Amino acid sequence: MSEARPRIGVVAFPGSNDDRDALRALESLGADAVPVWHADERLPEVAGIVLPGGFSYGDYLRCGAIARFAPAMRAVAEFAADGGPVLGICNGFQILCEAGLLPGALRPNASLSFVCRDVDLRTERTDTPFTALCEPGQTLTIPIKHGEGCWFADDRLLAELEANGQIVLRYENNPNGSVADVAGVVNAERNVMGLMPHPEHAVDPLLGSTDGALILGGLVAAARDRSVVSVSV
Amino acid sequence: MRATVLVRPKPGILDPQGQAVESSLRQLGFPVGDARVGRVVDLEVESADPDTARAEVERMCEQLLANPLIESYEIELEGAP
Repeated sequence: MSEARPRIGVVAFPGSNDDRDALRALESLGADAVPVWHADERLPEVAGIVLPGGFSYGDYLRCGAIARFAPAMRAVAEFAADGGPVLGICNGFQILCEAGLLPGALRPNASLSFVCRDVDLRTERTDTPFTALCEPGQTLTIPIKHGEGCWFADDRLLAELEANGQIVLRYENNPNGSVADVAGVVNAERNVMGLMPHPEHAVDPLLGSTDGALILGGLVAAARDRSVVSVSV
Repeated sequence: MRATVLVRPKPGILDPQGQAVESSLRQLGFPVGDARVGRVVDLEVESADPDTARAEVERMCEQLLANPLIESYEIELEGAP
C-alpha cells in the first residue's frame, strides 16, 4: 500500500551536507524518502518535506538568505501553504526563517564558537505533528552542530509566539545565546517547524540517542495521514 | 550610478563579532567601547536618477541585503547629497 510508506522529499542545495543522513533516517522510520534538487521548480508527489542541514550557498550574506531563492523553495512554500508538513533542520531552519515561513532570525552563536555536542531539549508543545509522539515536558537528547544558531525575536514577536504556543523546543542549557532558550519553533498553522538540533543524527542507539526518531517519526506520521487523505480524494 | 549599502546589527542585538573585535582592540591598547561589526555592499545601479536609484536600492535592502528583524541599513549614492 502506498500510504504505508509516505513519500517525503529532502531538498538538497549546493552546500547541504545532511541530506543523506536525513534520507536514511526517514527510510529507517518507515518513509519513502526521495532527494529533491534545489533547481527543480516542481516537487515530486510528496506528503512531507525536509530542508536538511549544511551550508547552502556557502552561507553567503546570511545563513539561508540565498537558498530561499532556489526554484524548489517556491514549490516548498506552496506545499506549506497547502498545509503540507515541512521540517527545517539547522540550515533548513535558517532558510525557513529567511523565507518568512517561520518567525525570527538566526545569528552567530553568542560564544562565536562552533558548537558540536549532544544537548538536552525540553518539549514545550506536543500539539504539533513534529512533537506529537513526545510526552509533554519530555527531555530529548539530540546533537547540535552549528556556528549560527542563536535564534532571535524581539520582545513583541517573542510574546506573540509564546502566547500562540509556537515555541516548541527549548534548550535545558542554552548553548548559543538564543532568546528565551529557544531551540525550535512552528508557524502559526503548526505545519512548518524549524529546529537547530539534528534529529536525523539521533535515530539509532549506535549514535547515542534515538530521541530524534520522535521528531522525524512525527513527520512521517503526518505525511502518512496526508497521503491517506490525498489517496482517498 | 554607484551605490553603497551599509548594513548594521540593530541596536540591542547581541553582536559577538563586535565584542570580539572590541576586546582585541583593547588588547592592542586602544581604549574603545561598543564596537559593532556590519557589512558593506557596493553596487552599480542602472538608474542615473538619485531618487529612482535610492528607491530601488531600498527595495534590495528590504528583500535581500538586510534582514529587517535584526539589521538596519543605510544607503549612500555617489555624488548625491
